[in-house]
Amino acid sequence: MSNNEINRTRRNLILATATVGGAGVVAAAWPFVASMMPSALAKGLGAPIEVDISKLESGAKLTVAWRGKPVWIISRTKDMLQRLDKHDDRLSDPKSEVSSQQPDYCKNATRSIKPEYMVAVGICTHLGCSPSDKLKPDSDNETGPNWDGGFYCPCHGSRFDLATRVYKGSPAPTNLVVPPHKYLTDTMLRIGDDGKGA
Amino acid sequence: MSAKLQQLLGWIDDRFPLTATWKQHLSEYYAPKNFNFWYFFGSLALLVLVLQIATGVFLTMHYKPDASLNAAGVSVAFASVEYIMRDVDWGWLIRYLHSTGASMFFVVVYLHMYRGLIYGSYRKPRELIWIFGCFIYVALMAEAFMGYLLPWGQMSFWGAQVIINLFDAIPYIGPDVSTWIRGDFVISGATLNRFFAFHVIAVPLVLLGLVVMHLVALHEVGSNNPDGIEIKKHKDPVTHIPLDGIPFHPYYTVKDILGVCVFLIVFAVILFFSPEGGGYFLEANNFIPADPFKTPEHIAPLWYFTAFYSILRAVPPFFNSQFPGVIAMGLAIVVMFLLPWLDRSPVKSIRYRGTLYKWMLALFVVAFIVLSYLGTQSVSETKTWLARIFSGIYFAFFILMPWYTRADKTKPVPERVTAC
Amino acid sequence: MLKKIILATIFCAPLLAQANTEIALDHVQTNVEDKLSLQRGARTFVNYCVGCHSASFMRYSRLEDIGLTEKQIVENLMVTGEKPVETMTATMRPADAKVAFGVAPPDLSLIARSRGADWLYTYLRTFYRDPARPTGWNNTTFPSVAMPHALSDLQGEQVLKEEPAKEAAGEAGAEHHGAAHAEKHLVLDKPGKLSPKEYDALVKDLVNYTVYMGEPAQTKRKITGIYVLFFLFGLTILAYFLKKEFWKDIH
Repeated sequence: MSNNEINRTRRNLILATATVGGAGVVAAAWPFVASMMPSALAKGLGAPIEVDISKLESGAKLTVAWRGKPVWIISRTKDMLQRLDKHDDRLSDPKSEVSSQQPDYCKNATRSIKPEYMVAVGICTHLGCSPSDKLKPDSDNETGPNWDGGFYCPCHGSRFDLATRVYKGSPAPTNLVVPPHKYLTDTMLRIGDDGKGA
Repeated sequence: MSAKLQQLLGWIDDRFPLTATWKQHLSEYYAPKNFNFWYFFGSLALLVLVLQIATGVFLTMHYKPDASLNAAGVSVAFASVEYIMRDVDWGWLIRYLHSTGASMFFVVVYLHMYRGLIYGSYRKPRELIWIFGCFIYVALMAEAFMGYLLPWGQMSFWGAQVIINLFDAIPYIGPDVSTWIRGDFVISGATLNRFFAFHVIAVPLVLLGLVVMHLVALHEVGSNNPDGIEIKKHKDPVTHIPLDGIPFHPYYTVKDILGVCVFLIVFAVILFFSPEGGGYFLEANNFIPADPFKTPEHIAPLWYFTAFYSILRAVPPFFNSQFPGVIAMGLAIVVMFLLPWLDRSPVKSIRYRGTLYKWMLALFVVAFIVLSYLGTQSVSETKTWLARIFSGIYFAFFILMPWYTRADKTKPVPERVTAC
Repeated sequence: MLKKIILATIFCAPLLAQANTEIALDHVQTNVEDKLSLQRGARTFVNYCVGCHSASFMRYSRLEDIGLTEKQIVENLMVTGEKPVETMTATMRPADAKVAFGVAPPDLSLIARSRGADWLYTYLRTFYRDPARPTGWNNTTFPSVAMPHALSDLQGEQVLKEEPAKEAAGEAGAEHHGAAHAEKHLVLDKPGKLSPKEYDALVKDLVNYTVYMGEPAQTKRKITGIYVLFFLFGLTILAYFLKKEFWKDIH
């Protein structure tokens, strides 16, 4: 074989071996990368939970744990519901346009499936603290004037209404997250699963 | 190479000896052209080291070095290993890679050392390479011993208990030394945690440092070869390249790639189809969580230690002390360090040695294998006598070496290398 | 050199002949790919073993491996209202079990890996009545075991009979390698719900299940291994030609 042919053979062999070898390295690396994904335990613990809300009093809030996070279920009174549309001009995202924060079926005036129950992840969308309850429409230092009831985050002062929508002027950029959920019965709520491939 | 790449390389070379290192250690490092099968195991050892570190890192993400009991009454450490085996995606693969890798490390290292024995790779001027190698071997044994405690199974616990209790035999200070090593009066969570620290970071760093020194020492004098002759004796008058030398890259890089592929096939067969290694790579008893109140019927170290374990058990107690056995076991390792000075033969390679040496080496190999086997078995009168005989052969190989290597009739050594 | 090693080994070999004194075990052919067998075994396990033994590394939800849906698992195999992600916990508390039997019943998640399938298969078929024991039961594979015969309603009751003659009379398993006296045999004294053949099949399924439970990933392991070996063979061939090509320079 002439020198050029030898070089071509050599180059092709190198290319072939390197490609196949490279593919092997990628395939070998894959299990290592995958092992860092949530394990079966984490996935199991992150599985949907079922909550019995039959004993939840009107006007009260229940907190449950889902995926290590607090999820609030607020039973809103008629009064609370009435106050929901009184302050749209003071809200950053009154119509819940930011679609990442709630499932489609909660993109409505009450951000919920049933108006009387508000389901939200109780973690401030600023830096992750859990806001405190300010459910009554009583103004104070923290809520500021004309308070319609909602939540106040003690870390950096973000405020949310009773549909957990964020007020303008808050460090938090978006409304609180509404997790996928569905009602198995009128009083049995399943959080983490809405039958829509959550 | 494109112009841009050349520029980048130039920029780096002005600030860091990249091309110079590449040339010195790879493309212009001249190795003898007659490397054979026995010369694969150095690069394979390096491969296994990298593999153990990589898999070790990922295991450490999920393993918990905690001897306390969880809600189900099983130690957290043991449970975390099963968590890796069952719940972590591909965790079983990473675990098996690490356990198979540990045993394969010793297979490769023993074959690598055997190469050193048969070709006289420890002889002047390569004594320091051999010494570093012996230190690597000792560090590797420490690393494996401590790693084996981590799953916290019955074998882990009781194997460690027995071996650390050996330190008790040191006169006067023994029991205090054992307690100090353990951090407690028996093997406990304190021991587990400190062995974890050593196994994960301290000893690997030492190993890496030793391997670097081992390679630097090698490259300083150049590799030996199956004929045991020095290729630097005959250089090209113009280029000063050894006549029997070839650049490591590309010739040995490409050959070692082939070696790696074949090795990986063997490795994969074991890992995927028999990871327990017939009960020698993953011992059955280690699938039982450690129980400080119940000793298994049959404690044995992992197979790669069993030869030395045999030697330990072969020595009878003197003055009610097991210390002489401990000394013998230690000497069995120390004597390896002395090899460069015990060998008085005028020739390096077994190819040119006489029958005396070849018989002694054959007996040594058989002795090592037999002692390894005996170490896995429980004691009996016959087996103890066998262990004594073969321990004698083991030591005779070294102790009598100054005599039989001088008395042996050697063959004339060629000037230039012969075939592989 | 190699010849000398071989000769040396042969020379030393006679010194190494040793006899093994162990209880003879019956062999069982397990097959963890037989999902129906595993399902039957799982059912037996949950019905008869989980009363006292935990399998604290086995998640109920993992049983989807063996062809069951989550619904089937929850309805048929989970009795005490746990969640599917939870692991099999014994109904009896370990402290109570220790008092009742003198020793805590061991966790069974890995029992097939530590004892071996053959041992389990033999053990579960060699229980016999022994009034001298606190539970009234003994076992030729595990003498003086603290465990009673949990499957006695299925197998029936065996007794250990001394036979002066050498003929095999018993149904189940291992012969007792006693001293140089007459051979002892296990004989079915009171039949159970299953015939000996049916009982053996049930135990085989149960042992198969424990083998699966010891390492649920084993089937995936072997399949992955085949792919990896195919790949490595291909890569080796390429590497071989690459090496040959470069080494033309030298030879």
